[in-house]
Amino acid sequence: MLYREAGDFKTSYAKDQQTFPILFDRWGYFIMLALAFIVGPMIINDYWLNAVVLPFLIYSIAALGLNILTGYCGQVSLGTGGFMAVGAYASYKLMTSFPDLNIAFVIILSGGVTALVGILFGLPSLRIKGFYLAVATLAAQFFLVWLFNKVPWFYNYSASGQISAPERTIFGYAISGANALPHISYLFCLTFVVILAWGARNLTRGANGRKWMAIRDMDIAAEIIGVNPLKTKLTAFAISSFYIGIAGALLFAVYLGAAEVGEAFGITKSFLVLFMIIIGGLGSIFGSFAGAAFMILMPVLLKNIFVGQMGWPTDLAAHMEFVIVGGLIMVFLILEPHGLAALWRTAKEKLRLWPFPH
Amino acid sequence: MSANFYYGIEVFLNGLMAGVMYSLVALGFVLIFKASGIFNYAQGVMALFAALCLVGFQSGQIPFAHVINATFGTEIHHFGWHMPALLAIVCTLMMMILFAFLVEKFVLKHLVNQEPIILFMATIGLAYFMEGFGDLMWGSDIKKLDVGIPQGGNLWLEENTAFLGGDDFYGFYIDNLDIWATIFAAILVTALILFSQYTKTGRALRAVADDHQAALSVGISLRVIWVIVWSIAGFVALVAGIMWGSKSGVQFSLSLIALKALPVLMLGGFTSIPGAIIGGLIIGVGEKMFEFLIGAPFLGGATENWFAYMLALLFLVFRPQGLFGEKIIERV
Repeated sequence: MLYREAGDFKTSYAKDQQTFPILFDRWGYFIMLALAFIVGPMIINDYWLNAVVLPFLIYSIAALGLNILTGYCGQVSLGTGGFMAVGAYASYKLMTSFPDLNIAFVIILSGGVTALVGILFGLPSLRIKGFYLAVATLAAQFFLVWLFNKVPWFYNYSASGQISAPERTIFGYAISGANALPHISYLFCLTFVVILAWGARNLTRGANGRKWMAIRDMDIAAEIIGVNPLKTKLTAFAISSFYIGIAGALLFAVYLGAAEVGEAFGITKSFLVLFMIIIGGLGSIFGSFAGAAFMILMPVLLKNIFVGQMGWPTDLAAHMEFVIVGGLIMVFLILEPHGLAALWRTAKEKLRLWPFPH
Repeated sequence: MSANFYYGIEVFLNGLMAGVMYSLVALGFVLIFKASGIFNYAQGVMALFAALCLVGFQSGQIPFAHVINATFGTEIHHFGWHMPALLAIVCTLMMMILFAFLVEKFVLKHLVNQEPIILFMATIGLAYFMEGFGDLMWGSDIKKLDVGIPQGGNLWLEENTAFLGGDDFYGFYIDNLDIWATIFAAILVTALILFSQYTKTGRALRAVADDHQAALSVGISLRVIWVIVWSIAGFVALVAGIMWGSKSGVQFSLSLIALKALPVLMLGGFTSIPGAIIGGLIIGVGEKMFEFLIGAPFLGGATENWFAYMLALLFLVFRPQGLFGEKIIERV
């Protein structure tokens, strides 16, 4: 009824190409944003923040980043955990070396450092393709984790080998450290998510995004029509790593507070983010969010069911979770290889014609 | 010659042995990739699952005992009998064949004609599923696997080489298990080559590997071939599981050997059985020697975690299809 285009006439190309062409969608989006920014901070509490909301926000950034590389540019990467570690350690070194630097800049700079590392490890992608590249990115994963473990300079020679975030404030409110308030860290992360998602959406529908997709669909053909593979692949690696670095920095500084590299940024993180974009939908901004929400919420839900309701021991519940996650990935790939985003698209198509489908 | 030189040789020999162990896992990958174009990430977990089943059958564990206990409040653990090793191996092999059949029926059949990368991700899902399933079925505690393969240092070799290096050299230390693993690997590879060259099924396998559609058109059933290939890969996984399980106990980390096998594959090429063997040997020797010569003295150790990947990465930059892989021809 509400969800339709009849009477919604476009009079310019800009209007025709906007992200939410349907009025109802557009309003829905702005209302969601307003709710997230105004009502969200009022009702947020520690449990929800730490169990669901913060991981969701931070992993959506990581998923956006990996989706740019894998979903849009077609370069499969298993090095996400390693790049998140770069972001985290860069933010730690920046925070401790320049105590006066604003935390927001620290996070953005860490993203920049990660982008440089990403370009470095993206260089082989010009020669190596497909599976071979996926395995080559594992080199980044294992090498970076080893590096942060073995070179004491990165963790400031601390005895435990851990890094822990010192207290930093923004506009007088603590963001990191023990005194951080839930609604402030929520707003901080939410701002990053909104800006980065807006950026990703506009990057992927502009010239850059089209080049990425051309490379993804067939790189030789793209090269023939004048897409420079070197520049295109490396920008994808750089921007993707920038996003993933920011996610890593936020994960460390705002969410975890203290981290040990092998545990916090191991290979399981790489797979977690990869699953998010597979389940959410490769090559879709909405899919990155949907996948992140799914992969964060499902373990919480399963734990509540198996441990809370059925009284299973936690290790059994963890194994059951593996079975269910693995099973779901296979089911998704069989039934809907394009993920939750494709389901959402189908639902929207149906809604446009509802209740008179003919 | 100084003792250090002989220690270097010892490291080299042990690297070769470790390489054989990597090759055992890599073989399973190559078999499936050749026959179905699927890069089977679950190969490592298959080895874990096979080893878990073997231990479970041998010690007479009741499958899903933990789940049953947690749900119904019972206290069951074991049937109370001990199966002889050979019978348990046969039972496990049946399990792996059943597994191959189920995978084909419920997963692969539905993914025909999908892009390779989708299939790869499906096998990652399969790996997660199997890992959780294996733990649910047999419990996640570390188990000891003993099928009667001798273990410990080979005394004969140690005593007979001690004279080489003077007073502070005690002879080469090589684990009996590694020697047996090498022998089994040699038998396995010979058997596989004979099977694929001289039997009717083997010829069908090679036909499918060459061209799916052409094979279908001359009446070879893809689905039957896939079940056979996954069963053989299951058998290879069982051998790898026995060797690795005897060496380091049957536990979750066994599934991580899949990650170790990946650089081996890249080096040797995804489509070549000799490539898997030689790639394994190069990686095994390379990482042990690097750790011995450069890693431990200068870089703080534990370089084995990443050296194989870096070596493979550098290698691929110069030869993208690996050492023995088929040349990649790209057409628009």
